[in-house]
Amino acid sequence: MSAPASSLFSPAAKAMAEKLGLKMGRANLDEFAATLLELAKANRNIVAVTSDSRGSGKLGPFGEALPGQLIEIGIAEQNLVGITAGLAAAGKKAFGVSPACFLTARSLEQIKNDVCYSDVPAVLVGISAGVSYGALGSTHHSLHDLAALRAIHNISIIVPADNFEARGAVRAAAQSEQPVFIRLGKAAMYGLHKPETKFDPGKAITLRDGRDVAFLSTGETVVHCLLAAAKLAEQGLQCRVLSLHTVKPLDTESVLRAGRECRAIVTVEEHSVHGGLGEGCAAALMQAGVSVPFRIVGIPDEDTVTGAQADIFRHYGISMEGLSHLAGSLLCVA
Amino acid sequence: MTDRELELKSIQLRRSLLRHIYHAGAGHTGGSLSCVDILNVLYNRILRVSPETFGDPHRDRYIQSKGHSVEALYAVLADRGFFPEAELETLCRYQSPFVGHPTRKVPGIEMNTGALGHGLSISVGLALAGKLDATPYRVFTLLGDGELAEGSNWEAAMAAAHYNLDHLTAIVDHNTLQITGRTRDVCSNEPLDEKFLAFGWAVRSVNGHHFAELTKVLSQPAETGKPTCVIANTVKGRGVSFMEDVVKWHHGVPSDADFERAMKELAAAENRLREVAA
Ligand SMILES: [Mg+2]
Repeated sequence: MSAPASSLFSPAAKAMAEKLGLKMGRANLDEFAATLLELAKANRNIVAVTSDSRGSGKLGPFGEALPGQLIEIGIAEQNLVGITAGLAAAGKKAFGVSPACFLTARSLEQIKNDVCYSDVPAVLVGISAGVSYGALGSTHHSLHDLAALRAIHNISIIVPADNFEARGAVRAAAQSEQPVFIRLGKAAMYGLHKPETKFDPGKAITLRDGRDVAFLSTGETVVHCLLAAAKLAEQGLQCRVLSLHTVKPLDTESVLRAGRECRAIVTVEEHSVHGGLGEGCAAALMQAGVSVPFRIVGIPDEDTVTGAQADIFRHYGISMEGLSHLAGSLLCVA
Repeated sequence: MTDRELELKSIQLRRSLLRHIYHAGAGHTGGSLSCVDILNVLYNRILRVSPETFGDPHRDRYIQSKGHSVEALYAVLADRGFFPEAELETLCRYQSPFVGHPTRKVPGIEMNTGALGHGLSISVGLALAGKLDATPYRVFTLLGDGELAEGSNWEAAMAAAHYNLDHLTAIVDHNTLQITGRTRDVCSNEPLDEKFLAFGWAVRSVNGHHFAELTKVLSQPAETGKPTCVIANTVKGRGVSFMEDVVKWHHGVPSDADFERAMKELAAAENRLREVAA
């Protein structure tokens, strides 16, 4: 008998999601691939560049439908980024698609020089980011990418929390005249947004309002913050949840407002606690003179625990239970 | 432009780049002198690009992968009218666009280069875009021989052959030296021709200071369906006797006496050339 697959959501978290009316969608990666195919059918100037990664990038259907718009480079990520930059410099709307762990480490110099400093409108799509690859181990995790790219001038960093944000990110990137990095996970995601919500790069989306604790989060950890806030509401605490899908440029205004209006802040990200969203928020708050009880939740600076993405999340407290407990204890000391 | 006129222009370009390096107190002298004849031929005989047509999507593209030899490129672009030569007096100065490696802030420069091993991949991307759009421009890139130790070059070489990019030409400035010494002693990459052949390229070797040879080999792709590699055999420091094939001139900057002596040599070379012509 095979071991039961770990779930990102405990039975209690699933029940809470149901209570909130959240519907399970598909993986953001699937949403990206479907959106790109749709855009590329209408705009033949769009090309996808892959490093033997069309399968993991869910671009099989894209390659079948638009073989002339998919460029295969083979397992050579530095070359993938250089070629994507060259295509973009020549006027193509080029999307370079490769696992985030390789794309943003092995090819970092190409991202820096060929894309960002040369200022070509290339889009880099880091797939199966964070600890999406779970039990494949640390070679395949990208816990450094936000830190590395935040320190490079002239690239937007977008980390969608659900299918709606993934779609918005791809559409925005297709229109962008500057470099964009989109960071995607591969687990199926709950839909978090109301139909009337707008996706604007650089503008945080408020998923829930409140003035007790503010959860500032990005990507696939946002849903856990939303569930934690709902659980805290049962204890009489009104918590704010922001999806900071654009990590750079950061929506400083929303971060500062949360710092001024709420009793405590918890930042949550699927990234090292060093150099990511949390430190970005901390810097914004400190430099504006906003002092508030503050915790960064992410992957600590240690040999990452082994296991599936769900195991890793649970281990580090990225869950409804872990986050609601942390927020509650933060208010006790506040 | 005749070969003789090109030869005279190369002397003038050598003076220009040496003067700017001397005034700036910084620059890559040896490599600039080894590649300046190649750039002279490219910009005055081969590339369909000018200050007026630089925004044209159909223009030919030149990517200088060995970005450190930018002083040669600056001298050639100024000569072709992309910007006034006087602007080069700001080379390496506070707030000048003329830094020690190519950037797009300088008119005529396509991409920021200088971290080695990047130019060939970028060129493959440019060439692929031209192929996808059936736009018949050519793409040229200049690689250093020492630079070929960067593995990314060989990733790009594979892709260029895989996609049959015969409108792509990579020129290797084969001066056999790099900052530490002889490339064959640092980490040998010979035989270069056989390596590119094995990667599926058409390979031609020429004297990289011979205008007719360079013109012939750069005028058209060597073989249909294959990218062309031109191994240009050059002399680092070429044109100034005491700089030729001497490793310290990789980024050596001329002293007052060196500069005076170099200028005298170049003036004498020009006089000889004019006498022969007369
Ligand atoms: Mg050399």
